[in-house]
Amino acid sequence: MSRDPVARGARQSRTGISDLWQAWWQHHRTSASDSLGRLADTPLQTLMTALVVAIALALPATLLLALENLRQLGDRWDSKPQMTVFLHKQVQAAAIEGFQAQLRQMVGVSSVEYISPERALREFQAQSGFSEAIAALDVNPLPPAVVVTPTAEAIAPERFEQLRQQIAASPLVDDISVDMEWVRRLNAIMTFGRQLVLGFAALLGIGVLFVIGNTIRLEIESRREEIVVIKLVGGTNGFVRRPFLYTGFWYGVIGGLLACLLVSVGVASLAEAVRQLAASYQSTFELQGLGLTGCALLIICCVTLGLLGAWLTVGRHLSAIEPR
Amino acid sequence: MIEFHNVSKRYPNGYEALAGVTFDVGEGEMVFLTGHSGAGKSTLMKLIMLIERPSQGQVVVGGHNLNRLRSSQIPFHRRQVGVVFQNHQLLFDRSVFDNVALPLQIAGYPHREIGRRVRAALDKVGLLDHERANPITLSGGEQQRVGIARAVVNKPPVLLADEPTGNLDPDLAADIMRLFSEFNQVGVTVLIASHDWSLIRSVGARVLTLEHGQLIHDGALV
Repeated sequence: MSRDPVARGARQSRTGISDLWQAWWQHHRTSASDSLGRLADTPLQTLMTALVVAIALALPATLLLALENLRQLGDRWDSKPQMTVFLHKQVQAAAIEGFQAQLRQMVGVSSVEYISPERALREFQAQSGFSEAIAALDVNPLPPAVVVTPTAEAIAPERFEQLRQQIAASPLVDDISVDMEWVRRLNAIMTFGRQLVLGFAALLGIGVLFVIGNTIRLEIESRREEIVVIKLVGGTNGFVRRPFLYTGFWYGVIGGLLACLLVSVGVASLAEAVRQLAASYQSTFELQGLGLTGCALLIICCVTLGLLGAWLTVGRHLSAIEPR
Repeated sequence: MIEFHNVSKRYPNGYEALAGVTFDVGEGEMVFLTGHSGAGKSTLMKLIMLIERPSQGQVVVGGHNLNRLRSSQIPFHRRQVGVVFQNHQLLFDRSVFDNVALPLQIAGYPHREIGRRVRAALDKVGLLDHERANPITLSGGEQQRVGIARAVVNKPPVLLADEPTGNLDPDLAADIMRLFSEFNQVGVTVLIASHDWSLIRSVGARVLTLEHGQLIHDGALV
């Protein structure tokens, strides 16, 4: 039957488009507040479900945050790959001068910096915290070294390796240490870690869908009578679905806020320890929290999962409830 | 207003509830539907409300062939048919007012209009001073009247009632019947399933009698 009033019989009332729009909007508002009210009626149960959502998302969020912090730590070196060329201790100053000139001629070398054993010892003394032990030494154990910074083109792994072998060929060279190696490995590990965490997050997300779905299924069961009556007096599926979707939405919002809180508390409790650890390495590194964007993303994820869980469950169970 | 053309209903378990039923209830008519329990009265009502679909034949309500309605159109059909249930089907988690307001909220009436119409309907059934009460605190007769108010609040052209006086004493039953007559007088097509013979006789309307799913009588009660 159409929505048009039937021609005769009892006087039919008309509901205009703007009335329908207002009523639709009104029902959204009442559904949202009713759903929230129902959740508030059973605070403990609501908190438990929201906490499951929060923990399930706070875990991968924390791991991603940890990886992000590691990446930032890596970035501090990432931009300037260098190699430190250690020379034999017996090499004379004149030979070192010549070696430096030779290095500067090489293709792929951007700059060369000589670090004398004395300078190295001073810096080591100042930074390492072993100053007293070092002061007790009779002879300077440190070899002369040259720090070579490659040009932008020579940063590529193969060119870099070529350059390293070229320099290592010199009889003056004892050893070459490449600062970059661990950064590269770290990056590889983090790419792997990131994928691992995302896979882990996907699994937990599916878990959240089931938890929300199950909670909503129980609510549908307890409101079966109401659903039947609404269908009997002409309620559409959308009308029936709406309050349950809002329930899922609110679980998402509360779970998301709790997840932000959990992660933030975790970051705050670690921040001081990390700062001290960084300070002992002469670093000003500070632990990065979620930030506003991170919190927003986390809440959006939770809300999406909440809505999706509700949608899937409601779709599956509502069709089974028909007036008989 | 309500037409049945050779309608049969066989349930999946093989039980044949209606067999070749044909009748036509005109607009603004008031008709009683009688028969023993199991004769097919409830099934007939369910076919009109599209809770069930016929196995065979056509049901036409308000000029619309119900066989041609898609499931998505069923809610809009049900808004044209007010139903009073024997067991009231009231919701005890909300007030009398909210129970009666439900069809209007669903149909998307504006807020002020809902208040006005709900109070008019409650006034009609004599329960205006109970609008804030929970229906569970009301007597059986009062609950039935709340059900009637909900069935007529959006002024449907068709009103169905399934044993509306089943659990009421004779005085209350007569009151309820008077209400249905009043709705009928303003043009509503009314179909009442009942086996309260004395009451039917007192109203003196047309009677359809079902037996084992077949229509065995159509006319005034003899």
